[in-house]
Amino acid sequence: MSSLALTAARASLLSCHMCHRLNTSSPPLSADSTVCCSRCGMELHSRKPNSLARAWALTLAAMILYVPANILPIMTVISWGEGEPDTILSGVIALIEADMLPIAALVFFASITVPVLKLLSIIYLLLSVQTHSTWRLKDRTTLYRLTEGIGRWSMIDIFMISILAALVKLEAIATIEAGPGAVCFAAVVVLTMFAAESFDPRLIWDVTEQASHD
Amino acid sequence: MIRILLEALIACHNCDLLHQRRFLQHGEWASCTRCGACLYQHKQDSLNRTLSLTLSSFILIIGANVFPFMTFKLQGRVQEALLLTGVQELYLQEMGVLAILVLAVGVLFPLLKIFGILYVLLPLKLGRRSWKAIPVFRFVETLHPWAMMEVYLLGVIVAYVKLVDFATIVLGSSLYAFVGLILTMAAADAFMDSESIWDELEVS
Ligand SMILES: [Zn+2]
Ligand SMILES: [Zn+2]
Repeated sequence: MSSLALTAARASLLSCHMCHRLNTSSPPLSADSTVCCSRCGMELHSRKPNSLARAWALTLAAMILYVPANILPIMTVISWGEGEPDTILSGVIALIEADMLPIAALVFFASITVPVLKLLSIIYLLLSVQTHSTWRLKDRTTLYRLTEGIGRWSMIDIFMISILAALVKLEAIATIEAGPGAVCFAAVVVLTMFAAESFDPRLIWDVTEQASHD
Repeated sequence: MIRILLEALIACHNCDLLHQRRFLQHGEWASCTRCGACLYQHKQDSLNRTLSLTLSSFILIIGANVFPFMTFKLQGRVQEALLLTGVQELYLQEMGVLAILVLAVGVLFPLLKIFGILYVLLPLKLGRRSWKAIPVFRFVETLHPWAMMEVYLLGVIVAYVKLVDFATIVLGSSLYAFVGLILTMAAADAFMDSESIWDELEVS
Protein backbone atom coordinates (compact mmCIF):
# COMPACT_ATOMS: atom_id res chain seq x y z
CA MET A 1 0.00 0.00 0.00
CA SER A 2 1.44 3.35 -1.01
CA SER A 3 1.93 5.60 1.99
CA LEU A 4 1.71 8.63 -0.29
CA ALA A 5 -1.93 8.14 -1.25
CA LEU A 6 -3.40 11.53 -2.05
CA THR A 7 -6.64 11.87 -0.17
CA ALA A 8 -9.07 14.77 -0.16
CA ALA A 9 -8.16 15.46 3.48
CA ARG A 10 -4.43 15.64 2.65
CA ALA A 11 -5.18 18.01 -0.24
CA SER A 12 -7.22 20.20 2.18
CA LEU A 13 -10.37 19.46 0.23
CA LEU A 14 -13.77 18.58 1.61
CA SER A 15 -15.82 15.99 -0.22
CA CYS A 16 -19.57 16.50 0.05
CA HIS A 17 -21.23 13.50 1.66
CA MET A 18 -24.46 14.20 -0.23
CA CYS A 19 -23.49 15.07 -3.81
CA HIS A 20 -19.77 14.16 -3.85
CA ARG A 21 -18.68 17.63 -5.02
CA LEU A 22 -15.20 18.58 -3.83
CA ASN A 23 -14.96 21.89 -2.01
CA THR A 24 -11.95 23.88 -0.86
CA SER A 25 -11.71 24.16 2.90
CA SER A 26 -10.82 27.87 2.84
CA PRO A 27 -11.64 30.08 4.67
CA PRO A 28 -9.87 28.15 7.43
CA LEU A 29 -12.17 26.22 9.67
CA SER A 30 -12.66 27.56 13.14
CA ALA A 31 -14.21 25.41 15.80
CA ASP A 32 -17.72 26.76 15.54
CA SER A 33 -18.03 27.80 11.90
CA THR A 34 -19.47 25.45 9.33
CA VAL A 35 -18.72 25.23 5.62
CA CYS A 36 -21.47 24.23 3.23
CA CYS A 37 -21.25 22.50 -0.12
CA SER A 38 -21.11 24.90 -3.08
CA ARG A 39 -23.48 22.70 -5.04
CA CYS A 40 -26.08 21.20 -2.68
CA GLY A 41 -25.67 23.28 0.49
CA MET A 42 -25.00 20.28 2.73
CA GLU A 43 -22.80 20.94 5.74
CA LEU A 44 -19.27 19.77 5.00
CA HIS A 45 -16.98 17.74 7.23
CA SER A 46 -13.67 16.13 6.39
CA ARG A 47 -14.79 13.18 8.52
CA LYS A 48 -18.23 12.63 10.01
CA PRO A 49 -18.31 14.58 13.30
CA ASN A 50 -17.94 12.48 16.47
CA SER A 51 -18.21 9.40 14.29
CA LEU A 52 -16.76 6.93 16.79
CA ALA A 53 -18.55 8.27 19.87
CA ARG A 54 -21.91 8.38 18.12
CA ALA A 55 -21.51 4.95 16.56
CA TRP A 56 -20.50 3.49 19.96
CA ALA A 57 -23.42 5.09 21.77
CA LEU A 58 -25.95 3.84 19.21
CA THR A 59 -24.38 0.36 19.12
CA LEU A 60 -24.36 0.02 22.91
CA ALA A 61 -27.99 1.13 23.10
CA ALA A 62 -28.85 -1.45 20.42
CA MET A 63 -26.95 -4.18 22.33
CA ILE A 64 -28.85 -3.43 25.52
CA LEU A 65 -32.21 -3.49 23.74
CA TYR A 66 -31.27 -6.66 21.91
CA VAL A 67 -31.76 -8.64 25.15
CA PRO A 68 -35.45 -7.70 25.80
CA ALA A 69 -36.05 -7.90 22.04
CA ASN A 70 -35.30 -11.61 22.23
CA ILE A 71 -36.76 -12.40 25.66
CA LEU A 72 -40.03 -10.47 25.58
CA PRO A 73 -42.86 -11.64 23.31
CA ILE A 74 -42.95 -9.88 19.94
CA MET A 75 -46.61 -10.84 19.64
CA THR A 76 -49.31 -12.74 21.47
CA VAL A 77 -51.94 -14.95 19.85
CA ILE A 78 -55.06 -14.71 22.01
CA SER A 79 -57.56 -17.50 21.44
CA TRP A 80 -60.61 -18.15 23.62
CA GLY A 81 -59.18 -15.95 26.33
CA GLU A 82 -55.84 -17.72 26.42
CA GLY A 83 -52.76 -15.89 25.21
CA GLU A 84 -49.83 -17.66 23.62
CA PRO A 85 -46.80 -15.38 23.49
CA ASP A 86 -44.32 -15.66 20.61
CA THR A 87 -40.70 -14.55 20.78
CA ILE A 88 -38.49 -14.06 17.72
CA LEU A 89 -36.96 -17.50 18.20
CA SER A 90 -40.25 -19.31 18.90
CA GLY A 91 -41.64 -17.76 15.71
CA VAL A 92 -38.79 -19.36 13.73
CA ILE A 93 -39.27 -22.70 15.51
CA ALA A 94 -43.00 -22.65 14.73
CA LEU A 95 -42.15 -22.19 11.04
CA ILE A 96 -39.71 -25.12 11.16
CA GLU A 97 -42.34 -27.32 12.84
CA ALA A 98 -44.83 -26.35 10.13
CA ASP A 99 -42.29 -27.61 7.56
CA MET A 100 -41.89 -24.14 6.06
CA LEU A 101 -38.12 -24.44 5.92
CA PRO A 102 -37.30 -21.77 3.29
CA ILE A 103 -39.44 -19.20 5.12
CA ALA A 104 -37.99 -20.30 8.47
CA ALA A 105 -34.51 -19.81 7.03
CA LEU A 106 -35.47 -16.37 5.72
CA VAL A 107 -36.86 -15.24 9.08
CA PHE A 108 -33.91 -16.74 10.95
CA PHE A 109 -31.50 -14.90 8.66
CA ALA A 110 -33.34 -11.55 8.80
CA SER A 111 -34.28 -11.53 12.49
CA ILE A 112 -31.40 -13.34 14.18
CA THR A 113 -28.35 -13.60 11.91
CA VAL A 114 -28.45 -10.06 10.49
CA PRO A 115 -28.85 -8.14 13.79
CA VAL A 116 -26.12 -10.20 15.53
CA LEU A 117 -23.67 -9.99 12.62
CA LYS A 118 -24.42 -6.31 12.23
CA LEU A 119 -23.71 -5.52 15.88
CA LEU A 120 -20.52 -7.63 15.83
CA SER A 121 -19.33 -6.06 12.61
CA ILE A 122 -19.86 -2.47 13.82
CA ILE A 123 -18.09 -3.27 17.10
CA TYR A 124 -15.21 -4.86 15.20
CA LEU A 125 -14.94 -1.88 12.83
CA LEU A 126 -14.96 0.55 15.77
CA LEU A 127 -12.32 -1.40 17.73
CA SER A 128 -10.10 -1.85 14.68
CA VAL A 129 -10.14 1.90 14.00
CA GLN A 130 -9.42 2.72 17.64
CA THR A 131 -6.47 0.32 17.76
CA HIS A 132 -5.10 1.81 14.51
CA SER A 133 -5.23 -1.58 12.84
CA THR A 134 -3.65 -1.73 9.38
CA TRP A 135 -4.97 -5.22 8.75
CA ARG A 136 -7.01 -5.85 5.56
CA LEU A 137 -8.15 -2.28 5.03
CA LYS A 138 -9.98 -3.08 1.82
CA ASP A 139 -11.88 -6.03 3.28
CA ARG A 140 -12.92 -3.96 6.28
CA THR A 141 -14.28 -1.28 3.92
CA THR A 142 -16.26 -3.97 2.08
CA LEU A 143 -17.53 -5.24 5.45
CA TYR A 144 -18.72 -1.70 6.18
CA ARG A 145 -20.60 -1.48 2.88
CA LEU A 146 -22.32 -4.82 3.57
CA THR A 147 -23.21 -3.77 7.11
CA GLU A 148 -24.69 -0.54 5.84
CA GLY A 149 -26.78 -2.23 3.15
CA ILE A 150 -28.17 -5.25 4.94
CA GLY A 151 -29.70 -3.76 8.10
CA ARG A 152 -33.08 -2.85 6.64
CA TRP A 153 -33.95 -6.50 5.95
CA SER A 154 -34.39 -7.15 9.66
CA MET A 155 -37.67 -5.25 9.53
CA ILE A 156 -39.48 -8.31 8.08
CA ASP A 157 -40.75 -9.41 11.51
CA ILE A 158 -42.14 -5.97 12.31
CA PHE A 159 -44.09 -5.84 9.04
CA MET A 160 -45.29 -9.41 9.61
CA ILE A 161 -46.68 -8.49 13.05
CA SER A 162 -48.46 -5.47 11.60
CA ILE A 163 -50.11 -7.64 8.93
CA LEU A 164 -51.08 -10.40 11.37
CA ALA A 165 -52.58 -7.81 13.73
CA ALA A 166 -54.56 -6.35 10.83
CA LEU A 167 -55.96 -9.69 9.68
CA VAL A 168 -56.46 -11.74 12.81
CA LYS A 169 -58.96 -9.84 14.94
CA LEU A 170 -61.86 -12.21 15.49
CA GLU A 171 -62.46 -11.13 19.09
CA ALA A 172 -62.93 -14.37 21.07
CA ILE A 173 -61.80 -16.86 18.41
CA ALA A 174 -58.38 -15.42 17.66
CA THR A 175 -56.67 -12.07 18.01
CA ILE A 176 -53.03 -11.20 17.47
CA GLU A 177 -51.48 -8.41 19.50
CA ALA A 178 -48.04 -6.90 19.13
CA GLY A 179 -45.84 -7.33 22.20
CA PRO A 180 -43.15 -5.20 23.87
CA GLY A 181 -40.41 -7.36 22.30
CA ALA A 182 -41.40 -6.00 18.90
CA VAL A 183 -40.81 -2.41 20.06
CA CYS A 184 -37.36 -3.35 21.37
CA PHE A 185 -36.53 -5.25 18.20
CA ALA A 186 -37.64 -2.37 15.96
CA ALA A 187 -35.46 -0.07 18.09
CA VAL A 188 -32.47 -2.40 17.59
CA VAL A 189 -32.94 -2.31 13.81
CA VAL A 190 -33.28 1.48 13.69
CA LEU A 191 -30.39 2.09 16.12
CA THR A 192 -28.00 -0.19 14.22
CA MET A 193 -28.96 1.51 10.95
CA PHE A 194 -28.09 4.87 12.52
CA ALA A 195 -24.90 3.41 14.01
CA ALA A 196 -23.72 2.18 10.59
CA GLU A 197 -24.62 5.57 9.14
CA SER A 198 -22.62 7.37 11.86
CA PHE A 199 -19.49 5.32 11.30
CA ASP A 200 -17.09 6.92 8.83
CA PRO A 201 -15.25 4.26 6.77
CA ARG A 202 -12.58 6.80 5.82
CA LEU A 203 -11.29 6.45 9.39
CA ILE A 204 -10.22 2.91 8.46
CA TRP A 205 -7.83 4.39 5.89
CA ASP A 206 -6.61 7.34 7.95
CA VAL A 207 -4.23 4.99 9.73
CA THR A 208 -2.09 4.86 6.56
CA GLU A 209 -1.70 8.65 6.80
CA GLN A 210 -0.51 8.45 10.40
CA ALA A 211 1.94 5.66 9.54
CA SER A 212 3.57 7.77 6.85
CA HIS A 213 4.13 10.65 9.29
CA ASP A 214 6.23 8.49 11.61
CA MET B 1 -10.17 28.07 -12.27
CA ILE B 2 -9.92 26.19 -8.98
CA ARG B 3 -13.51 25.13 -9.47
CA ILE B 4 -12.79 23.54 -12.85
CA LEU B 5 -9.93 21.62 -11.27
CA LEU B 6 -12.18 20.49 -8.43
CA GLU B 7 -14.87 19.35 -10.83
CA ALA B 8 -12.32 17.18 -12.60
CA LEU B 9 -11.64 15.30 -9.37
CA ILE B 10 -13.69 13.07 -7.11
CA ALA B 11 -12.88 11.72 -3.65
CA CYS B 12 -13.89 8.17 -2.77
CA HIS B 13 -16.65 8.44 -0.18
CA ASN B 14 -15.46 5.25 1.50
CA CYS B 15 -11.70 5.92 1.75
CA ASP B 16 -11.21 9.57 0.68
CA LEU B 17 -8.70 8.80 -2.09
CA LEU B 18 -8.73 11.40 -4.88
CA HIS B 19 -9.37 10.25 -8.43
CA GLN B 20 -9.41 12.06 -11.72
CA ARG B 21 -12.81 11.88 -13.36
CA ARG B 22 -12.86 10.23 -16.74
CA PHE B 23 -15.51 10.11 -19.40
CA LEU B 24 -17.40 6.84 -19.21
CA GLN B 25 -19.30 4.96 -21.88
CA HIS B 26 -22.94 4.15 -21.26
CA GLY B 27 -23.35 1.52 -18.59
CA GLU B 28 -19.77 1.81 -17.35
CA TRP B 29 -18.91 2.63 -13.78
CA ALA B 30 -15.72 3.83 -12.14
CA SER B 31 -14.53 2.18 -8.95
CA CYS B 32 -12.02 3.33 -6.36
CA THR B 33 -8.52 1.98 -7.05
CA ARG B 34 -7.87 1.56 -3.34
CA CYS B 35 -11.08 0.23 -1.71
CA GLY B 36 -13.25 -0.80 -4.67
CA ALA B 37 -16.23 1.46 -3.88
CA CYS B 38 -18.27 2.67 -6.83
CA LEU B 39 -17.26 6.28 -7.53
CA TYR B 40 -19.67 7.27 -10.28
CA GLN B 41 -21.60 5.74 -13.14
CA HIS B 42 -22.79 6.80 -16.51
CA LYS B 43 -26.36 5.75 -17.09
CA GLN B 44 -27.99 5.96 -20.48
CA ASP B 45 -31.15 8.03 -20.91
CA SER B 46 -31.35 8.24 -17.14
CA LEU B 47 -33.77 11.17 -16.82
CA ASN B 48 -36.47 9.76 -19.12
CA ARG B 49 -36.30 6.26 -17.70
CA THR B 50 -36.32 7.40 -14.08
CA LEU B 51 -39.23 9.74 -14.75
CA SER B 52 -41.41 7.20 -16.53
CA LEU B 53 -40.73 4.51 -13.93
CA THR B 54 -41.45 6.91 -11.08
CA LEU B 55 -44.71 7.99 -12.73
CA SER B 56 -45.72 4.32 -12.94
CA SER B 57 -44.73 3.89 -9.29
CA PHE B 58 -46.99 6.80 -8.39
CA ILE B 59 -50.01 5.10 -9.98
CA LEU B 60 -49.12 1.73 -8.47
CA ILE B 61 -48.60 3.07 -4.94
CA ILE B 62 -52.12 4.50 -5.01
CA GLY B 63 -53.54 1.18 -6.25
CA ALA B 64 -51.53 -0.72 -3.65
CA ASN B 65 -52.97 1.34 -0.81
CA VAL B 66 -56.58 1.77 -1.89
CA PHE B 67 -57.55 -1.89 -2.37
CA PRO B 68 -57.26 -4.74 0.16
CA PHE B 69 -54.13 -6.87 -0.32
CA MET B 70 -55.27 -9.86 1.70
CA THR B 71 -58.57 -11.27 2.92
CA PHE B 72 -58.72 -13.60 5.89
CA LYS B 73 -61.65 -16.01 6.17
CA LEU B 74 -62.25 -18.17 9.23
CA GLN B 75 -65.49 -19.76 10.45
CA GLY B 76 -67.65 -17.51 8.32
CA ARG B 77 -65.83 -14.39 9.43
CA VAL B 78 -64.18 -12.25 6.78
CA GLN B 79 -61.46 -9.72 7.50
CA GLU B 80 -59.96 -7.57 4.74
CA ALA B 81 -56.72 -5.66 5.19
CA LEU B 82 -55.22 -2.67 3.41
CA LEU B 83 -51.51 -1.97 3.67
CA LEU B 84 -52.39 0.64 6.27
CA THR B 85 -54.81 -1.46 8.34
CA GLY B 86 -51.89 -2.83 10.35
CA VAL B 87 -50.83 0.71 11.24
CA GLN B 88 -54.31 1.47 12.54
CA GLU B 89 -54.47 -1.81 14.46
CA LEU B 90 -51.06 -1.30 16.09
CA TYR B 91 -52.17 2.17 17.11
CA LEU B 92 -55.35 0.78 18.70
CA GLN B 93 -53.23 -1.77 20.59
CA GLU B 94 -51.32 1.17 22.11
CA MET B 95 -48.22 0.33 20.10
CA GLY B 96 -48.01 3.86 18.70
CA VAL B 97 -44.24 3.69 18.14
CA LEU B 98 -44.56 0.58 15.99
CA ALA B 99 -47.54 2.08 14.15
CA ILE B 100 -45.54 5.21 13.27
CA LEU B 101 -42.52 3.16 12.20
CA VAL B 102 -44.55 0.86 9.91
CA LEU B 103 -46.42 3.86 8.49
CA ALA B 104 -43.18 5.73 7.85
CA VAL B 105 -40.93 3.07 6.30
CA GLY B 106 -43.72 1.07 4.65
CA VAL B 107 -45.89 3.74 3.05
CA LEU B 108 -45.02 7.36 3.85
CA PHE B 109 -41.31 7.42 2.92
CA PRO B 110 -41.84 5.55 -0.38
CA LEU B 111 -44.63 8.00 -1.20
CA LEU B 112 -42.50 11.03 -0.30
CA LYS B 113 -39.65 9.61 -2.33
CA ILE B 114 -41.90 9.28 -5.39
CA PHE B 115 -43.29 12.81 -4.92
CA GLY B 116 -39.79 14.20 -4.40
CA ILE B 117 -38.36 12.58 -7.52
CA LEU B 118 -41.29 13.77 -9.66
CA TYR B 119 -41.07 17.27 -8.17
CA VAL B 120 -37.38 17.58 -9.03
CA LEU B 121 -37.19 15.67 -12.31
CA LEU B 122 -40.36 16.78 -14.15
CA PRO B 123 -39.23 20.45 -14.35
CA LEU B 124 -35.65 19.32 -15.12
CA LYS B 125 -37.02 17.47 -18.12
CA LEU B 126 -38.42 20.81 -19.33
CA GLY B 127 -35.11 22.52 -18.61
CA ARG B 128 -36.30 24.27 -15.47
CA ARG B 129 -35.59 23.99 -11.80
CA SER B 130 -38.49 23.71 -9.37
CA TRP B 131 -38.67 25.85 -6.25
CA LYS B 132 -36.33 24.52 -3.52
CA ALA B 133 -35.34 21.67 -5.84
CA ILE B 134 -31.94 21.24 -4.19
CA PRO B 135 -33.19 20.71 -0.60
CA VAL B 136 -35.97 18.46 -1.94
CA PHE B 137 -33.50 16.28 -3.81
CA ARG B 138 -31.24 16.16 -0.75
CA PHE B 139 -34.27 14.92 1.20
CA VAL B 140 -34.97 12.26 -1.46
CA GLU B 141 -31.38 11.02 -1.22
CA THR B 142 -31.56 10.91 2.58
CA LEU B 143 -34.84 8.93 2.49
CA HIS B 144 -33.33 6.25 0.31
CA PRO B 145 -32.43 3.57 2.91
CA TRP B 146 -35.62 4.23 4.89
CA ALA B 147 -38.14 3.36 2.16
CA MET B 148 -38.58 -0.37 2.76
CA MET B 149 -41.37 -1.63 0.54
CA GLU B 150 -39.47 -4.71 -0.59
CA VAL B 151 -38.95 -5.68 3.06
CA TYR B 152 -42.68 -5.10 3.65
CA LEU B 153 -43.43 -7.58 0.84
CA LEU B 154 -41.34 -10.25 2.56
CA GLY B 155 -43.30 -9.52 5.75
CA VAL B 156 -46.51 -10.12 3.77
CA ILE B 157 -45.15 -13.47 2.51
CA VAL B 158 -44.16 -14.61 6.01
CA ALA B 159 -47.56 -13.58 7.40
CA TYR B 160 -49.28 -15.48 4.57
CA VAL B 161 -47.30 -18.63 5.34
CA LYS B 162 -48.16 -18.35 9.03
CA LEU B 163 -51.90 -18.04 8.39
CA VAL B 164 -52.48 -20.26 5.38
CA ASP B 165 -52.68 -23.47 7.43
CA PHE B 166 -55.58 -22.53 9.67
CA ALA B 167 -57.63 -20.08 7.63
CA THR B 168 -58.56 -19.26 4.06
CA ILE B 169 -56.41 -16.45 2.70
CA VAL B 170 -57.42 -14.66 -0.49
CA LEU B 171 -54.79 -12.46 -2.11
CA GLY B 172 -56.17 -9.14 -3.27
CA SER B 173 -55.52 -7.10 -6.37
CA SER B 174 -53.49 -4.53 -4.46
CA LEU B 175 -50.84 -7.15 -3.77
CA TYR B 176 -50.11 -7.28 -7.50
CA ALA B 177 -49.94 -3.49 -7.63
CA PHE B 178 -47.58 -3.68 -4.66
CA VAL B 179 -45.26 -6.17 -6.39
CA GLY B 180 -45.33 -3.97 -9.50
CA LEU B 181 -44.54 -0.94 -7.38
CA ILE B 182 -41.48 -2.63 -5.86
CA LEU B 183 -40.23 -3.54 -9.34
CA THR B 184 -40.75 -0.07 -10.83
CA MET B 185 -39.19 1.65 -7.80
CA ALA B 186 -36.17 -0.67 -7.89
CA ALA B 187 -35.76 -0.04 -11.61
CA ALA B 188 -36.13 3.73 -11.08
CA ASP B 189 -33.40 3.54 -8.42
CA ALA B 190 -31.17 1.60 -10.79
CA PHE B 191 -31.64 4.11 -13.61
CA MET B 192 -31.43 7.24 -11.49
CA ASP B 193 -28.10 9.01 -11.96
CA SER B 194 -27.80 11.26 -8.90
CA GLU B 195 -24.49 12.64 -10.07
CA SER B 196 -25.93 14.01 -13.31
CA ILE B 197 -29.08 15.26 -11.56
CA TRP B 198 -26.89 17.31 -9.20
CA ASP B 199 -25.01 18.64 -12.24
CA GLU B 200 -28.24 19.65 -13.96
CA LEU B 201 -29.67 21.18 -10.80
CA GLU B 202 -26.56 23.32 -10.58
CA VAL B 203 -26.70 24.69 -14.13
CA SER B 204 -30.45 25.10 -14.58
ZN1 LIG C 1 -22.91 18.72 -1.99
ZN1 LIG D 1 -12.02 4.18 -1.96
